[in-house]
Amino acid sequence: MTLLLTRPGDRRTSAAPPAWWRGRSAQGWLYAAPAAAVVGALFLAPLVLVAWMSLNRWPLLGPAALNAPGNYLKISDNPLFLDSVLFTLKYTAITTVLLSGLALGLALLVQERRPGVGFFRTAFFLPGAVGFAAAALLFYGMLNNDFGPVDPILQALGITDEPVKWTGTPDMALFSTIALVLWRFAGFNMLILLTGLQAIPVEVYEAARSDGANRWQIFTKITLPLLRPTIALMLILSVTGSLLAFDQFFIFTNGGPDNSTVSMVMVIYRDAFFRFDLGGAAALSVVLLVALVALNALQMRVLRRPE
Amino acid sequence: MRYYTTVSALAVLFLFPLVWSGWASLEEPGNYLEMARFGEGLDTYAANSVLVSAMTVTGTLVVSALGGYAFARFDFPGKNLLFLVTLAILMVPYATILIPLYVLLGYLGLQNSLTGLSLVFVMFQLPFALYMMRNAFEAVPRELEEAALVDGCGTFRVFLRILLPAVRPGLVTVGLFAFLASWNDFFAPLILLNDGSSFTLPVAVVNMTQRTFGAVDYGMLQAGVMVTAVPCLILFVVLQRHYVRGFMSGALRG
Repeated sequence: MTLLLTRPGDRRTSAAPPAWWRGRSAQGWLYAAPAAAVVGALFLAPLVLVAWMSLNRWPLLGPAALNAPGNYLKISDNPLFLDSVLFTLKYTAITTVLLSGLALGLALLVQERRPGVGFFRTAFFLPGAVGFAAAALLFYGMLNNDFGPVDPILQALGITDEPVKWTGTPDMALFSTIALVLWRFAGFNMLILLTGLQAIPVEVYEAARSDGANRWQIFTKITLPLLRPTIALMLILSVTGSLLAFDQFFIFTNGGPDNSTVSMVMVIYRDAFFRFDLGGAAALSVVLLVALVALNALQMRVLRRPE
Repeated sequence: MRYYTTVSALAVLFLFPLVWSGWASLEEPGNYLEMARFGEGLDTYAANSVLVSAMTVTGTLVVSALGGYAFARFDFPGKNLLFLVTLAILMVPYATILIPLYVLLGYLGLQNSLTGLSLVFVMFQLPFALYMMRNAFEAVPRELEEAALVDGCGTFRVFLRILLPAVRPGLVTVGLFAFLASWNDFFAPLILLNDGSSFTLPVAVVNMTQRTFGAVDYGMLQAGVMVTAVPCLILFVVLQRHYVRGFMSGALRG
């Protein structure tokens, strides 16, 4: 939310407003009214509703009835949800580390102007323009043992000698999903880091170089500290996005094998639309919502601490 | 030289899946014909996707341009509160308010409706779009409109005639982000639409993996992937500059 701190063009004068300015308060409201209506009806109202739903027995069809705090109490009898919390945390940790590392590597590779660098930036980002659902289906075909090209290529290169069970075991399913996520999101995160890298003035590097600093020292003593706010933003986005993972597991692994790759949001979806228990799903939503808002606030405090 | 070997190898890794998918979809010419006949027919799904994207882009542009104008040029009570609440949409995980939105749209008679889905997309786009448009309007020098206002020109005419043309690059960026989000999203249409004839492309193509008649037709599936992905790839390559500007402006969470 440092977005709020910079307001280019905010030039307020202390002089009394000229004649044509009077009555502008009402006009301002009029122009902001559509935005206020959208935010009120489609953001604030559902926030209140999800809290209210979580206090009710709320079947998909039929009348609701107050049963607080039943929906919250039964979370502890929902073993699939408890497993999904652990699994989602594990997935989030691994993905965030690998994704940040890869994105940083890519950003450093393409940060300087050289011939052809624009092409490489586009190549790394291009998967990010593909919808995540389409990307998951692409990998679903690409890693299929009978149809996909990956097994024949690996065998021709002598890396494997039989088809790999890409989604056949819990560990491999997680590994393959992470490969999909890295392919789809590395370029996006690279772009975030590039904006940060390009905000570092060239003079800072020149000064360091003339003081005799080597490349490693420049990287650790100048680039990384100055990039800190950007890295913080990337980590927040990656952690939040991973904790809310749905598409990749719903489409690519379908939660399998043996429910080993069921994410938290998948359980919410299943409770709502397969068990027809909207109240229970709302309670899980509230828990996830509170946890994520708290986590976001915490991350911002820790990571954005001024130097 | 080692530099170019490394980046080229990486570029091959990143581009290979796209090239393979295109090739696999074209390997048998029947793939696209099969796909065109899948379910309710490709024309239905594509028309739904185009309609949802068009409504989302239009809605986002109208709401965020008017709102951006209000935030950049007017003072009114509740201004800061409204801005903060709009940005708070970013703090609240998307997936957690879709179930109440499903119920709420039912109250409004907009369940299983492409209009309802588009309204939800407009809401999710609003923090980025409003922030972007407010900055775009603030960057326009006030002198440009003050003369017109002193001459008695109404604020809406000033907005239409003088300011909108000046913020056109911002509108393109906002429109591009709104298009990519609404065209590609899978979770919101999965929850909010429940009738095959109203599905958008991502939901329809995912349905191709449901093995109703034996094996999954992988060639057809890749044709579906291509039909969904290619418009975005083209649009991204053409409007790349605008996309990157969306990042540069600091509004990164769109």
